Amino acid sequence: MQVPAHFEYQRATSVDHAIALLTRYGAEARVVAGGHSLIPMMKLRLAQPEMLIDINDLHELGGIRVEGGELRIGAMARHSELLGSAVAGEHYPMLHDAERVIADPVVRNRGTIGGSVCQADPSEDLSGAFTALRATAVIRGAEGVRSVPMRAFFTGPYQTVVGPAEILAELRIPVRPGGGSAYVKVDRRAGDWAVAAAAAALWLEPGPGPGTITDVGLGLTAVGAAGFTAVAAEEFLRGRPATEETFAEAGRIAAEHCRPVADQRGPADYKRHLAGELTVRTLRRAAARARARGQEA
Amino acid sequence: MQITVTVNGTEHVREVEPRLLLVHLLRDELGLTGTHWGCDTSNCGACVVWMDGTPVKSCTVLAAMASGRHVRTVEGLEGHAGLDQVQRSFIRCHGLQCGFCTPGMLMTARWLLDHNPDPSETEIREAIAGQTCRCTGYENIVRSIRHAARAEKSRDGAA
Amino acid sequence: MSALPGATDVPTPMGHGPMLRKEDARFVRGRGRFVDDVRLPGMLHGAILRSPHAHARILSVDVSAAESHPKVRAVITGETLAGRGLAWMPTLSHDVAAVLATDKVRYQGQEVVFVVAEDRYAARDALSLIEVEYEPLPPVIDARRALDPDAPVIRDDLDGRADNHVFDWESGDAAATDAVFASAERVSTCDLLYPRVHPAPLETCGIVADLDRITGKLTVHATTQAPHTHRMLYALIAGIPEHKIRIIAPDIGGGFGNKVGMYPGYLCSVVGSVLTGAPVKWTEDRSENLMSSSFARDYHMHGEIAATKDGRILGLRVRVLADHGAFNGTAQPSKFPAGFFHVFTGSYDVKAAHCRVTGVYTNKAPGGVAYACSFRITEASYLVERMVDVLSHDLGLDPAAVRMANLLRPEQFPYACATGWEYDSGDYPRTLTLALEMAGYDELRREQAERRAAYEATGRGSLMGIGISFFTEAVGAGPRRTMDILGLGMADGAELRVHPTGTAVLRVSCMSQGQGHETTFAQIVGEELGISPDDVELVQGDTDQTPFGLGTYGSRSTPVSGAAAVMVARKVRERARIVAAAMLEVAPEDLEWHKGRWQVAGDPAAGRTIAQIALAAHSDLDLPDGVEGHLDATCVYNPPNLTFPFGAYICVVDVDPGTGQATVRRFVAVDDCGVRINPMIVEGQVHGGLADGVGMALMELMAFDDDGNHLGASFMDYLLPTSMECPSWELGETVTPSPHHPIGAKGVGESATVGSPAAVVNAVLDAIGVRHADMPLTPAQVWRAVQGRPIRPDLAIR
Repeated sequence: MQVPAHFEYQRATSVDHAIALLTRYGAEARVVAGGHSLIPMMKLRLAQPEMLIDINDLHELGGIRVEGGELRIGAMARHSELLGSAVAGEHYPMLHDAERVIADPVVRNRGTIGGSVCQADPSEDLSGAFTALRATAVIRGAEGVRSVPMRAFFTGPYQTVVGPAEILAELRIPVRPGGGSAYVKVDRRAGDWAVAAAAAALWLEPGPGPGTITDVGLGLTAVGAAGFTAVAAEEFLRGRPATEETFAEAGRIAAEHCRPVADQRGPADYKRHLAGELTVRTLRRAAARARARGQEA
Repeated sequence: MQITVTVNGTEHVREVEPRLLLVHLLRDELGLTGTHWGCDTSNCGACVVWMDGTPVKSCTVLAAMASGRHVRTVEGLEGHAGLDQVQRSFIRCHGLQCGFCTPGMLMTARWLLDHNPDPSETEIREAIAGQTCRCTGYENIVRSIRHAARAEKSRDGAA
Repeated sequence: MSALPGATDVPTPMGHGPMLRKEDARFVRGRGRFVDDVRLPGMLHGAILRSPHAHARILSVDVSAAESHPKVRAVITGETLAGRGLAWMPTLSHDVAAVLATDKVRYQGQEVVFVVAEDRYAARDALSLIEVEYEPLPPVIDARRALDPDAPVIRDDLDGRADNHVFDWESGDAAATDAVFASAERVSTCDLLYPRVHPAPLETCGIVADLDRITGKLTVHATTQAPHTHRMLYALIAGIPEHKIRIIAPDIGGGFGNKVGMYPGYLCSVVGSVLTGAPVKWTEDRSENLMSSSFARDYHMHGEIAATKDGRILGLRVRVLADHGAFNGTAQPSKFPAGFFHVFTGSYDVKAAHCRVTGVYTNKAPGGVAYACSFRITEASYLVERMVDVLSHDLGLDPAAVRMANLLRPEQFPYACATGWEYDSGDYPRTLTLALEMAGYDELRREQAERRAAYEATGRGSLMGIGISFFTEAVGAGPRRTMDILGLGMADGAELRVHPTGTAVLRVSCMSQGQGHETTFAQIVGEELGISPDDVELVQGDTDQTPFGLGTYGSRSTPVSGAAAVMVARKVRERARIVAAAMLEVAPEDLEWHKGRWQVAGDPAAGRTIAQIALAAHSDLDLPDGVEGHLDATCVYNPPNLTFPFGAYICVVDVDPGTGQATVRRFVAVDDCGVRINPMIVEGQVHGGLADGVGMALMELMAFDDDGNHLGASFMDYLLPTSMECPSWELGETVTPSPHHPIGAKGVGESATVGSPAAVVNAVLDAIGVRHADMPLTPAQVWRAVQGRPIRPDLAIR
């Protein structure tokens, strides 16, 4: 079977230790968390780090909790932890929608939230989800801590703002009442990467009728949407009634603005269609959840 | 580098290359060939073992990452009282044919029942969704896990 | 005592019937022994450097850096092999294939250099030290362009070869078929592609080759479904005397036809052992498996069906373009270059039929007959079952009714079909009727109409489709007068020894890859001798210990080796009769067989059990002149005909028209494989094949881009169905015994793989109301089919 090339291995004992190692070894070092993206790349020898820094012992990067009005998800939280997190599901059911369709249960036991986001695969589910939720990435480096909005986090396919001697520490999502969220994905088979996926979080002004959209966040995965989102569609939605007609037009706008690339998951016209269709579906579901929450309240 | 891995309750100290995959530590260094591999890309699940009590795909874990941790493999399922119930139920319900996916399926099945003693068919299918079987069409694997759940329930009820 | 603790509620039957598997006790403990589990003292490890190009001339190969790697023990190139006359090997289809490339590489993933090192990691490392200089050549990727006058010639190694044509082959009566078509009221035509797929057993192919320099004996542990055939191939290719070769197939982690062929890695491992004097292990990684060893299908078919306007089928005409890859290495009986494709008239009473198959070379891996296809019957079955639906669509008729009206009737058996096969037995309408009842067909059609109406009214919701497939298989190759592989007749041997205490050992030439032979064959002997299958041990997969035979593929174990086991047991039983007669001091003809016991007619108290007879046969008992002692026999079974299992499958799918996603909701499968030796195992075989059908119909695919890059070279891209895509299968059975098999059994291992893809495809297309779109019906393909612009799946999606 495929095996990696030689490398040295160190297990980091603290975030500062990991950063010190990254600083010392520079571009030849890579951090390994769950390893489900990196180790297969190393087996194919597409990645050949000379130093591998294992951060699995860094419990300071773990945990999922609400603090300071934010949902805080540690970079080392496993996918299975996010899927099992009641507090995450309560505030943002979209995260459970997404986790349920990421890879498979055994991979989710090992793969981490931070690892997925830092891999920045254009088909990554959480990239779309966190973009829709306007999460903030907390990044630690030798210089200290900095925060980067998710919408400025990705600099291109497989590229992020996290520097070679930095570590993503946490993702933070503001907790805001009155909203609903959802994630919808089309794949060819359970566990496959997305053909296309859409995420929506929206907040409705309570009242009779369908309600008015006071704020909205959209995320689009695998369809070549700039920054994993659909800004024009978001702008269109804000202040409009949460009706089928509104959603249909938002879907049309989202589809128009994406730049899908054909691959074996599907041709570009189909992916563009999905960008629109899934935007509509995810808005519909998010709105229904927002209304249900409004009735509970 | 030197690693210390506890496998099925026995501590092993080995000098290994950092790049050694856990599946190869088990198979080639420790002779525990019950854990198989089938794909390189962590898709097929033939290599599933437990690490610190959680199922993982051992083709995508370095042996070095398992140092200081507890690993349980299919060889660790059978106890003093004989076969584990999931092993018995796979035999009883024809839950295996070529036997290649079986060790990984058994490890996931055991974990599932430890955490959800009465899983529905859908829950069972979701639990094994990352593990490929080319022989059974999954039908009898699902039945086997259901059978094991029922058997453990009736046994616990009797105890 | 049961070998299966904890499972005592299923007693071992004294012969046929549900019986838990003997194999399982080791597998559930992780104590199976697969090839990669084999570890010999001093064993070395091989790895293969493969071509990144689909078509390129090799300008130079520099292995000096690899040779100087401290852990490398041998580096073998095409030149090394050419020096030994081993650079090319004969294929099973009268062609040659490169072992290691010397002149050109002809597909991506082709073997170029073999490295032997002290461990598998070092062997892999050494590959990156090898420098190969290539001159890329334009590749032939689209099979439909392979015969273009300007197509690059792939096989310029063959003398005088100026094109990519492999063969033309036809079957049936062309003139009679043309006449039927000329006068038919309706003719429906359709182009169908059965795309290139892969058996992808969970265990990849592998070998441990061990040449003993002192004795000259080669011992090979390998993943082979055909150990005896492989022994002869090693003798022919490598020049090692056949009696100095021992092939051992240990436990095999699934085969499905992937493990029939002889692969370069095997031969290189043997050469590696010759050169180093040490055992050499080589195990494919998954990408190597998907890229280089035994693909399946790749049939581009143009089907025509002639009928009356009320749906009575009159004739079938098919033109096939067969993509055989770079070497013609298909594995089938040698007089059948398109396998058994010419059973494409399927289950219907058709007046005339004709097919013409043209094989072409392309810059893709060789192979073609694999993946439980019963020698291309899966292509044939898919063709006819799709064409019946196309006809039904064109005529506006119900596809179940069209099938029922055209099925062969019971009184027509044995039935000589238009292309020359003689179907042995069947009651097709009974089987289809049972399947329709189990499915609740009329109710399903009502629900379908309601859903469609709701969808059309609201533009929301899901559509539902119902797909039917009625397949006829032809398995158990085969009669030696017409069927051979490399000149070897397809008969199989069996040897049975009953030990003095009455337990028995059966030795057979076939080799299980998960089918449960250790159980089923013990049951066959148990049934015939009236002893417990627990007391019968099976020996298989070791050429030093088993009689000659061609192995396990094409669903032939039960029809051929199973029959051999029956016949050898009956021989032993007759010998036992003579011994019993001597024991009882009566004439043999005075004895009657009561399962497990010969007894004197009219005197039930006077009898002897097999165990008693076995002991006596080994004792000082005085036997009649000319009767040898002991209780054993050998036989070779030459089947008089194939067996023809059949079945009716009904698939129900839900399709989300907004996304194109299809979900299999239900699958009803009624199989008739004649007498079932172990119904539990038969059902398991069917389950697995049904999952294959879901996989091929919805997701499995090996496509290639313009440069010949393989677009399905890992399990991230070659998608296999999971537990989530498979429904809970609903199985039914009818039993129509084979009249010529000694216990009326037919093969079943491949039935469901053959029959199920058409049912799934028919269901999805039925849901969306589209006449045809090619597999796999991925969400993208379904959506495009609805748009009227289906994707061509064998090429890269643009």
